[in-house]
Amino acid sequence: MSTGKRALRLGIAGPVGTGKSSSIANICTALAQEFRIGVITNDIYTDEDARFLKAAGVLPDERIRAVETGACPHTAIRDDVSMNLLAVEALEEDFDPLDIVLIESGGDNLTATFSPALVDAQLFVLDVAGGGDVARKGGPGIGRADLLIINKIDLGRTSMSTSISCSRTRRRHARAGPCSESPARSPKPLTHWPIGSARSTPVSSKVITPRSTPARWPRTSTPRKKAKAICTPMPKVEKPTSTELSR
Amino acid sequence: MTRSTSRATLLMLGDGRLPSGGYAHSGGLEQAIRQGWVTDVSDLKDFLRGRLHTTGLMNAAFAVSARRLLGENHATAEVGDRPADTTVDEKLGNEIAQSLADLDAELCARTPAPALRTTGEWLGTLMLRSMQRIHPHPLLENLPKGLQQPLVYGAIGRALGLGAAETAAVVLHEAVTGPATAAVKLMSIDPFQAHGAILCLGEELDVAAEAAADYELTPARDLPALSSPLSDFAAEMHVKDHVRLFAS
Repeated sequence: MSTGKRALRLGIAGPVGTGKSSSIANICTALAQEFRIGVITNDIYTDEDARFLKAAGVLPDERIRAVETGACPHTAIRDDVSMNLLAVEALEEDFDPLDIVLIESGGDNLTATFSPALVDAQLFVLDVAGGGDVARKGGPGIGRADLLIINKIDLGRTSMSTSISCSRTRRRHARAGPCSESPARSPKPLTHWPIGSARSTPVSSKVITPRSTPARWPRTSTPRKKAKAICTPMPKVEKPTSTELSR
Repeated sequence: MTRSTSRATLLMLGDGRLPSGGYAHSGGLEQAIRQGWVTDVSDLKDFLRGRLHTTGLMNAAFAVSARRLLGENHATAEVGDRPADTTVDEKLGNEIAQSLADLDAELCARTPAPALRTTGEWLGTLMLRSMQRIHPHPLLENLPKGLQQPLVYGAIGRALGLGAAETAAVVLHEAVTGPATAAVKLMSIDPFQAHGAILCLGEELDVAAEAAADYELTPARDLPALSSPLSDFAAEMHVKDHVRLFAS
């Protein structure tokens, strides 16, 4: 029997390799004890992201589902959201009630934005390795994001992009708001955002609380909040030796 | 019965922008190109013509048959409104549901590739879900889940008050425009020629729609079995192909 309520739907977009799946894994790891979470991944031709998340063991496998979007990952989140809506609704029905459903877009370009008909709020993930042009050019992905995540900031010192600093991004793009850099590897700022986002929705009287079912989140367009930005460093990896590099 | 509003309805249903997930599918064209069966615009025309006269016509006939099964009584719905006729069944009668299931089984029996049956069911689910919201109607609300897409088209044709040939035309249109628009993403082709290929088939599409409508009273077991073996093989190969732009 359905409770007639639906979960808070969060979209996560950004170019390939910037850390969308890792961000989702972090959110799930931090919040899975408190909230009932489901994940929909979008991939152009595989279910790789779903497999990554299943392998990470952050949620029961059956709560992670893949949608194959074909050649147009942005179409599936922006123009024709029918496939994702169906997947989200099926997930919500099968695991009713869910508190949060995370929808991961297939890796796409700077114009990747979610239709407000599909999600209540959206994150856009970048990394500094993409180069300075990414922040300079901006675009709907950055501009319309409710939260901007800039990953792998420690690579900024060595990569071609000398600085995609939060402050520069914030200045350049009108909608980007306050940002915080987190030098530590802790994903705390990221994982606390969904809760904050839920609380700041117009139905704030229905605060999302542990093991509670959220209210029916409004789908109507709300005045855009200023986006926050979070910067996280690259996960520590062994540096390749010079012999390995020369191979 | 052809309604005065059917022209607008037809255009809406045939519009590629109708949100129903069809954009992710190439109707087997991607694999046909990969296998070297389709290399230029001439091949594309042949591919579309073949699809029209095999899968297209068969699916159209099944849509017409499903529309028929769902009875004339359901045609009372006003487009855009709840039906005024309250005698429309709240639940589809068991008999109709069983007939639909039988029809679905007949179509599956004519679709030997499991990949195509999976795709047909997925596209049917998406289309039904979209139309349930676009045009709330008891007939669509109570339709059994998991029907193949042509049967869903039949139900939509009935719910929207389309005639048999019009319903068939929508299915046939979808059968050729999907691959034609996918072609520009898959092969070096003048995009205008791709649409020219659809226009070239205009007369054949119209004739096929009439032919499909003629199957309205044909028992399910006698409906045409017009699959094309290469398409079936291509569909199965496509599933195992891990670098693909389109889901089918």
